[in-house]
Amino acid sequence: MAGVDQVEVREGVDRETVETVQNMGTYKYGWDTDIEMEYAPKGVNTDIVRLISDKNKEPEWMTEWRLQAFSRWEDMPKPNWALLKVPEIDFQDQYYYARPKSMVEKPKSLDEVDPKLLATYEKLGIPLKEQMILAGVEGAEDINLDDRQIAVDAVFDSVSVGTTFKDKLAEAGVIFCSISEAIQEHPELVKKYLGSVVPQADNFYAALNSAVFSDGSFVYVPPGVRCPMELSTYFRINAENTGQFERTLIIADKGSYVSYLEGCTAPKRDTAQLHAAVVEIIVEEDAEVKYSTVQNWFPGDEDGKGGIYNFVTKRADCRGDRAKVMWTQVETGSAITWKYPSCILRGNESQGEFYSIAIANNWQQADTGTKMIHLGKDTRSRIVSKGISAGQAQNTYRGLVSMHPKATDSRNYTQCDSLLIGDKCGAHTVPYIEVKNNSSRVEHEATTSKVDDDQLFYCRARGMDEEEAVALVVNGFCREVLQALPMEFAMEAQSLVAISLEGSVG
Amino acid sequence: MSAVEKMTPAETRLARVSLPDGFGPQRRAALERLNAMGLPGRRDEYWRWTNPTDFIAPDPVPAAPFSDDEPEIFGEIDRLKIVFRDGVFDAEASDELAMSGVEILRLADAPDVNWASSLYGTLEANGQDPVKRPFAALNTASATDGVLIRVTGAAEKPVSLIYTHESETSDPILHHLVKLEEGAEITVLENGPAGARFNKLMEVDVAKGAKFHHIRVQGRDHERRAVTSIFTRVAEEGLFKSFTLTSNGVLTRNECVIDIVGDDANAHVAGAALGDGKTGKFHHDDTVFITHGAERGESRQVFKKVLKNGAEGIFQGKILVKPGAQKTDGYQISQSLLLDENSQFLAKPELEIYADDVQCSHGSTTGAIDETALFYLRSRGVPEEEATALLVLSFVADAIEEIEEERFRDAILTRLEGWLARHRG
Repeated sequence: MAGVDQVEVREGVDRETVETVQNMGTYKYGWDTDIEMEYAPKGVNTDIVRLISDKNKEPEWMTEWRLQAFSRWEDMPKPNWALLKVPEIDFQDQYYYARPKSMVEKPKSLDEVDPKLLATYEKLGIPLKEQMILAGVEGAEDINLDDRQIAVDAVFDSVSVGTTFKDKLAEAGVIFCSISEAIQEHPELVKKYLGSVVPQADNFYAALNSAVFSDGSFVYVPPGVRCPMELSTYFRINAENTGQFERTLIIADKGSYVSYLEGCTAPKRDTAQLHAAVVEIIVEEDAEVKYSTVQNWFPGDEDGKGGIYNFVTKRADCRGDRAKVMWTQVETGSAITWKYPSCILRGNESQGEFYSIAIANNWQQADTGTKMIHLGKDTRSRIVSKGISAGQAQNTYRGLVSMHPKATDSRNYTQCDSLLIGDKCGAHTVPYIEVKNNSSRVEHEATTSKVDDDQLFYCRARGMDEEEAVALVVNGFCREVLQALPMEFAMEAQSLVAISLEGSVG
Repeated sequence: MSAVEKMTPAETRLARVSLPDGFGPQRRAALERLNAMGLPGRRDEYWRWTNPTDFIAPDPVPAAPFSDDEPEIFGEIDRLKIVFRDGVFDAEASDELAMSGVEILRLADAPDVNWASSLYGTLEANGQDPVKRPFAALNTASATDGVLIRVTGAAEKPVSLIYTHESETSDPILHHLVKLEEGAEITVLENGPAGARFNKLMEVDVAKGAKFHHIRVQGRDHERRAVTSIFTRVAEEGLFKSFTLTSNGVLTRNECVIDIVGDDANAHVAGAALGDGKTGKFHHDDTVFITHGAERGESRQVFKKVLKNGAEGIFQGKILVKPGAQKTDGYQISQSLLLDENSQFLAKPELEIYADDVQCSHGSTTGAIDETALFYLRSRGVPEEEATALLVLSFVADAIEEIEEERFRDAILTRLEGWLARHRG
């Protein structure tokens, strides 16, 4: 690709992008780890719920909480309002709990973790060794390593295999561990906050998660503490016919700050797999949480076979005044995505932001967006959503902006742009706007267009092939969101944008 | 059902539907559709913001007849008048149903003409997918009167439908057909209070190169509850343009379902709604669905609402671009001006697009009157009330601009000014 060297770097598209375009490959994480697993029997019922609770050595109140959720779930209808064609899912025909045999006795430190598991994360570019920074970040060598340390909680199928930098975080008073550990060691915090943002019966998938979640991450940042490093959870689905149900609970106490990253991958398989997660974030007065996701679950093959069904409930509650939350997501994977990270702006002058790139190629379907519920006075929210559809994919932005009567002097700005590549795909926008007071201002803009011919021509005239050119233009289209991501993720995201669109042109 | 079990209002309503003479097969098919879909409930996605209870109730909420102290809005305009009194054609008050280039019949005469039989209920039935519109099916099944207009050339003057309201409990259901043959052109005007509860449907078939203009005024009969629907099909190079001014009204739901089936066709639908909750509840709902099924179509939705004293404005607008409808240009704007703390605006501007070479966009804004503009006017000696009125007029101007003929724009502006004068402070 000789032409690339001469490419003029346009505003918003840097050289790394061009290089990653060169390195484009198909789904890189589609391999699996051959490891002995222990499964709970297939299907879900009260026995399975008890069994999961038992495996995690949970106290009675937790088991009861799960059973309550399960009984609510049994009566709940599946949501069908999204613009998704969801094949019938047999909830009794999958495993709800799978853990590597080597994890039956929990390793006391990372040194004791099965080398196969460590190798798995190594291969994914997620080192579980504390001296290293997140791999796969080129150009990061000149950055002071102390500033760029990232603590990782690695979740493999149903269990957390290890959490790095726990001690260093503990020094600052930050609790970062798996949720199963938190239930045992910090029950008072879990009891107080679990389900307080996403109640047990919030929706069908959240209720199922509440009943059968097996692990996930727990973060507590005490008052006034700025978390000394980025926290990250890496979710890996490995076992076949197994759903992953993880639960994340993040509490940012008064005046604290934390930035949290989430990544996910799964092997290539012919059959679809279910992933139903719940993320709850509590943001107290003057606290700030940044939550960034790069979702790269296996999207299914070119014929739409296999892939992850990703049904996720994510919600942040800005409880105190001047609380701030920022969701950034890059959704490139999953056969089906159903996900609406939301902000409840309860505190006065609280702020919510949502930046999203959703890319759907081949037969992928995405229905994703956000809710901004303004309850407090002088609250602010901003939504920037970029949807890209290619192949036969369907991509929907669905959002709600609600200004309650008491949320006076509040503001919302929403921008949703859709880009279509090819004439077989679809791009849709379904925003709900509810304004119940007049001192607030709500502005919503949406556009749908195709990749600009002039821009493509410009790139091609400079020697790029069509796929490269499209990737460049698309990266430019996504710029506002990419800029909102932490550096490590921004680079990964840029290359993902290119990979996801491979084969969509011509 | 046993005798002791009480029927729900919806069941009673459905059980009472009777089919008048004429268009038998079409009416029976509509009744079948209606029974299959049922009447809407609050849980229906398309009724999430408007409570359909009063439309469903077996009997209308009584409404005192409204006597208008303003001169009739289109009084000065040379037109062919067709008057419906509580939903019944009033021959005496109407002009002779004859005009060159136009054939006009009365629905209640159950005319056995081919063009009407093949159109009646057809566009309504097509418009039932993907969104169910039960009150439209109810209308097709049980409409008692209406006017059937077939335009073969350029109509010499507008057809003006005037509705009057005399009985406190009138519950008219009117169904109009307008068929424009190739290259034909007509303007249809509508105004006047029609009854305590009004269900009106208009099917408009626009053939190649034909032009349809529609200007409607719903207004001032405050106790009105109206559910209206327009279903239109626009062929190659056809033009459909509809504008509605709504002022006050307890409950109004205006649906407009546009199907662009021919290349290079245009469809514009616009509305200005003014609501003041001081005279009672005001709830106004504009629901629009535009389907682009052909190439190079252009559509516009321009909706403005001015709301005060707890008035509620709803906008649900959708642009659907089918696969292959390349070079579509769709634009949608819904804006509302909230003049006090208690009013609310709820909007769902949707895009569903299956073609790549298109330009579609929508915008929606909600907020109070621009303080800076108000300050500017006041600092130049304009009293606050007048300044507010000026800013309101400029806010709704974009919607009124959608009306092509100046004489109609002027008539609408006069009405608007009248409303603003009556609803100061």
